[in-house]
Amino acid sequence: MTVQKEPETILELKGITKLFPGVRALDSVHFDLKKGEIHSLMGENGAGKSTLIKVISGVHHPDAGHIILDGKERVFRGTKEARDAGIATIYQHVTSYPHLSVAENIFTGHELVKNGIIQWKEMYRRSDELLHELGADFKSTDEIEALSVAQQQMVEIAKALALDSRIIIMDEPTAALTKQESEQLYLITERLRDKGTSVIFISHRFEDMYRLASRVTVFRDAKYIGTYRVDEISKRDLIKAMVGRETSEMFPKIELERGEEALRVENLSLTGYFHDVSFNVHRGEILGVTGLVGARRTEVMECVFGARLPSSGTIYVKGEAVQIRHPQDAMDHGIGLLTEDRQYQGLILDWTIGSNITLPIISELGNGILTNERAERSKAKTLAEKLNVKAQSIFDKAKSLSGGNQQKVVVAKLLASDLDVIILDEPTKGVDVGAKAQIYEIISQLAGQGYAIVMVSSEMPEILGMSDRIMVMCEGRVSGFLTPDATQEDILHLAMTKDTEGEE
Amino acid sequence: MKKNNVLKTLASSREISLLMVMLLIVAIITWRNPIFLTLKNISDMLTNYSTTMILALGMMLVLLIGGIDISIGATIALSGMFSALIMRDNQGVPVVVAFLMSIGVGLICGLLIGLVIVKGKVPPIIATLGFMNIYRGLTYLMARNQWVPAYQIPTAYKQFATGRYLTFGVLNNMITVMLLCYILFFFFLKYTKTGRRIYATGSNVEAAQFSGIDTDRIKFFAYGTMGLLSGLVGALWVSIYASAQGDMAMGIEMDVIASCVIGGVSLSGGRGSVTGVFLGALIMAILGNALPLVGISQFWQDGLKGLIILVAIILNVLTQRSIIANNLRRRQA
Repeated sequence: MTVQKEPETILELKGITKLFPGVRALDSVHFDLKKGEIHSLMGENGAGKSTLIKVISGVHHPDAGHIILDGKERVFRGTKEARDAGIATIYQHVTSYPHLSVAENIFTGHELVKNGIIQWKEMYRRSDELLHELGADFKSTDEIEALSVAQQQMVEIAKALALDSRIIIMDEPTAALTKQESEQLYLITERLRDKGTSVIFISHRFEDMYRLASRVTVFRDAKYIGTYRVDEISKRDLIKAMVGRETSEMFPKIELERGEEALRVENLSLTGYFHDVSFNVHRGEILGVTGLVGARRTEVMECVFGARLPSSGTIYVKGEAVQIRHPQDAMDHGIGLLTEDRQYQGLILDWTIGSNITLPIISELGNGILTNERAERSKAKTLAEKLNVKAQSIFDKAKSLSGGNQQKVVVAKLLASDLDVIILDEPTKGVDVGAKAQIYEIISQLAGQGYAIVMVSSEMPEILGMSDRIMVMCEGRVSGFLTPDATQEDILHLAMTKDTEGEE
Repeated sequence: MKKNNVLKTLASSREISLLMVMLLIVAIITWRNPIFLTLKNISDMLTNYSTTMILALGMMLVLLIGGIDISIGATIALSGMFSALIMRDNQGVPVVVAFLMSIGVGLICGLLIGLVIVKGKVPPIIATLGFMNIYRGLTYLMARNQWVPAYQIPTAYKQFATGRYLTFGVLNNMITVMLLCYILFFFFLKYTKTGRRIYATGSNVEAAQFSGIDTDRIKFFAYGTMGLLSGLVGALWVSIYASAQGDMAMGIEMDVIASCVIGGVSLSGGRGSVTGVFLGALIMAILGNALPLVGISQFWQDGLKGLIILVAIILNVLTQRSIIANNLRRRQA
């Protein structure tokens, strides 16, 4: 047949520079997007991806450079102008109206009106059409609050479609999705592409990129590094482009002598969640806990930490049975938990780094009535330095830190108390490649210092690379233990092994 | 199956749970004193509380965008006093003109508040606390700390509050104005762009800005409308009490906010309906009207009123929680 014609370029950015007070967020970067292309944008946190999409979508105004849309230079003075030009953005944090209906979320800003009167019927009808097109299983009259994150994202896509957008920007759309939900998003995205819509896809997950994109553009430190064809670049080279260094040392595992038993859990059950979970962890050991979504790993750890009350079972700390009815009990017995939802459960974002770190030990440092600020400061400083938190000082606010650094502050906060066992729930979730390596290093160090570590994670490479032993769970039961020389297939096999007859 | 669905809808609607609370209160009151449920008493009650009910609409707008306005009592006094003074000095001023003047003063008051909150980025409670004192002080200054007694107010004006001519003899004028406001707001909030954008702004400011909504203008609009309604109520107040005093409508903001909260308006913005506010304000009116009727001592009335407000709100919160729980369950399914 004929040689396939190279599709036309729909959007081109040349030499875009964006300055914020004290920061060069984008430094003369390039980007181009073809019609009907899925183009992945990658880079570590703070590389400038989000700033770039904000420039494209008219939120920020570039200080230098050109935006060329359909061969014509354009200047967007606001989000509305970009939107009218056919550019829609699905932001990282879903920007929906939680109290309003799906239809309203789709049409807010461009409501369907006749003589100034909102045409509800028409809006519901059009919305249902769009939802149907996307294969959604909910109605336009549903309230957004009642939807799952994946469904909310679908609403955002429907919103983009309602605007007849030719360019859809998706900022980390899969970050909060399960595998299954991600797959559904992939299908939708591919369908959009086949219809000629161009998609800019931002994600930390390599699998997203390999699955979807035909080209990938990499940013690093606000600079343009390069654009590659996805089928022509290896993961290794890509990581190198993103991080600027080799990451063969990704898992800095140190072989350690296993110490005495620090924590033993026997026949722990929580009705409706999990049954007869037993495991132990020794000092200097990293126990990896993995499983598929719904394996109830988090619930088990919350019971161990006293955030939930188990219906039966015994917890032994250093060989002695203990009663843990409240997180404070767990802390008193030397058990600390790093929650999955760091921002909400782990940190007070408006407080300084230092105050966050010393919050759990304020009363210990003080004399019972007054707090001891000097001791707090020096303790916080030591811990922040120990974990290499990147900030001007411990007086910076926690919210000014990147995700990886916030993670470190949460770990520092844990270390401030006197602990033996540290439970980490998805420690690298939503963290970029570079910060991941640092977190692995911290975990290794902690094990080296004699802490017993329980690391819950869905990422198999991380589980295999870091753990001394691996516990696999499946739908509320422990389905087996593995050694780190196991393969991903072994884990998957156990993770899908159920002893009861399930339906799926 | 169908019956089950109806029950579910009943349990999952805040408005219906409110209605049931109201019916319960009405039932108890009627049992204690049947006079309550007479046409005359209900008409009197609505006439007297039409002011609070109208204000609840404005407050709802302000709460919807995540703000609050505690200066409305002072705005009422200032605008009411302004038109009363004009009428005292010019007996021939037509009723409509007097109303328009009061509304105008209220509107200006509201816009000023909006300006300080939106442009000055002052927290609403602080800004309106300031204006509450400023407007109240202005009222006393303007009137030279005197009041405008009944004989100085034109008869036609005083008759507005007792007349029924707006509906050609069917309803009291005050009630008519109040109902008109509710119909207008119901339509405005449901069927106009601006109305829906108020909800959008309150639900998620950032998202609203990304959708190209001028959220500053929306906020300005809300405070302006609150001022306008306060001006209207200022005019009504002078008419119904047939006098204008410097300390009139003092403390009314609390009843108004309570009406909204009972009606299910979220103090953090984004949630609330005209129907809910109507029921909430009606419950406040019933409490105010009926507690003296059932022979509860003056001293107990306030406490009891507070208690009933709390119970109504707790029930409301529980309903809301069951709605959220339902949603979560559906999400899991």
